[in-house]
Amino acid sequence: MNQKQQFNISVTLWTLTSKEIRRFLRIWIQTLVPPAITMSLYFVIFGSLIGPRIGEMDGFNYVQFMIPGLIMMSVITNSYANVVSSFYSVKFQKSIEELLISPMPNWTILLGFILGGVARGVLVGMIVFFVSLFFYPEFQIQNVPLTLLVLLLTAILFSLMGFLNAIFADSFDAISVVPTFVLTPLIYLGGVFYSINILPDFWRSISMANPMLYVVNTFREGMLGVSDVSISFSLIMISIFIIVFSFLCLYLLKKGIGIRT
Amino acid sequence: MNYALEIKNLVKTYTGGTKALNGISLNVKEGDFYALLGPNGAGKSSTIGIIGTLVTKTSGSVKIFDKDIDINVAEAKSMLGVVSQEINFSQFEKVLDIVTTQAGFYGIKKSIAKPKVKDILIRLGLWDMRNDQARTLSGGYKRRLMIAKALIHEPKLLILDEPTAGVDIELRREMWDFLREINNNGTTIILTTHYLEEAEQLCRNIGIIDKGEIVADTSMKDLLSRLDVQGFVLDLEEHLEAEPKIDGYSLKLEDSLTLVTAINKNKSINNLFDELNKLGIKVKSLRNESNRLEELFIEMVKR
Ligand SMILES: Nc1ncnc2c1ncn2[C@@H]1O[C@H](COP(=O)(O)OP(=O)(O)OP(=O)(O)O)[C@@H](O)[C@H]1O
Ligand SMILES: [Mg+2]
Repeated sequence: MNQKQQFNISVTLWTLTSKEIRRFLRIWIQTLVPPAITMSLYFVIFGSLIGPRIGEMDGFNYVQFMIPGLIMMSVITNSYANVVSSFYSVKFQKSIEELLISPMPNWTILLGFILGGVARGVLVGMIVFFVSLFFYPEFQIQNVPLTLLVLLLTAILFSLMGFLNAIFADSFDAISVVPTFVLTPLIYLGGVFYSINILPDFWRSISMANPMLYVVNTFREGMLGVSDVSISFSLIMISIFIIVFSFLCLYLLKKGIGIRT
Repeated sequence: MNYALEIKNLVKTYTGGTKALNGISLNVKEGDFYALLGPNGAGKSSTIGIIGTLVTKTSGSVKIFDKDIDINVAEAKSMLGVVSQEINFSQFEKVLDIVTTQAGFYGIKKSIAKPKVKDILIRLGLWDMRNDQARTLSGGYKRRLMIAKALIHEPKLLILDEPTAGVDIELRREMWDFLREINNNGTTIILTTHYLEEAEQLCRNIGIIDKGEIVADTSMKDLLSRLDVQGFVLDLEEHLEAEPKIDGYSLKLEDSLTLVTAINKNKSINNLFDELNKLGIKVKSLRNESNRLEELFIEMVKR
């Protein structure tokens, strides 16, 4: 028997990652078009129609102020959605057995799905950015490295959260509960549409407990150079959460929770 | 002796309390063609699930060609191919992509995988359907796709959980030939089936599992030889009023044209025919009362 095939870890990782990317590209009408349309509507309604009446926010034209927030909103929802629905359907269709039976280690399984989610998040983020240029062509990114760093970290963080959600999910309902009842409200109240400086003290303090606020504002700092929160604190917190969630996912995979009977 | 599979004291209790395996031990030799039989719910799929790490074990150990599945994980897994009882590929992907992706999960580069995938799809008669979505295949071809997936990394041990369930007679025979061929080429095969004829035809050794316990683990020959009485049905040419009395044979008239007998292994059938001839009873045809293995099986797993 020929048993000389050496086990090549980069091949397994690329196989899974490219499969994940192909999946969301194949269903682009469900994955890439909706954010472009929704965000265009936001720009038209809140930016072009209502924006002039709102005036300036933190010293910026309202469309300009919204751009980073809307990009973050898209990155968060898309990276999360990609991983939660892909990993849950792999469980549901039992094709997860194809991964579990193979010699690929758990961290490659996790990383493959996360990279898939990051790819979609980043791609959608870029699409929304290009859409926004249509409404505000003179937009200039203030701090490109910081912008890219936050973009990447955010996509990783929410891909991880999507993965966690999928591990525990045992029905299709369970994969929409968190996005609908937790993510969406937190994002809307997390400074996408306004600076918390416009809020009364009480609501401002409450808002400070919303993790989305840190993500959105750090990204706004990168794109516009303004933020309601401390950048270094945010970056450290995002990184800590990424590390904690990664280990949690790996631990659950090792224990076989939600994937092995 | 080299074992392809060594299972020691395997226990599985599912969350919820179902005890599927009560500490089974089993060895399968390299090159063997082994049948794992047992009634529904006996624990066959649980055992296979644990071997393939799809099911977590409660306790016990499993070695594949001397590699422990908990310690030498990657090595053990790369020598194992499993065809699960239930379909486990994405129904919306193409046949070709499913097998190519599976090769990738085993770390096989695309350029190396390509000819292998083509070869296995041709051998299993799936090449013409390579661009079809998996869900459009018929049940029998879905099974073949499962086999193609399990063989793509050329495992030394192949385990099939009811591979011929719901497969028509012709496809089943083809599958048998295929399995015999890869066994002849050195692959150790373990299969579960509810068709005892299949086990009898294909397998050299046999294990019977019932309620999570191994109740037999022996060679097919040995098992069949344990059967000391065989039932025969004789179809008669002319009606009989009462059953004939012949010394040393018990005969029963089922209806006036059918005679049923159980013959001890040390008695000859020739003798019986001689005696029947003497009585002027003409036998039109003779058949086995039922599959011998089936009788034995029923005997062993009696509740
Ligand atoms: N995921 C599960 N959760 C709880 N109990 C289970 C699970 N899978 C199997 N069981 C139980 O474990 C026992 C053994 O089941 P198993 O599937 O191993 O039997 P089997 O021999 O493969 O049967 P069959 O011939 O019907 O395929 C049964 O009582 C079954 O109900
Ligand atoms: Mg079974």
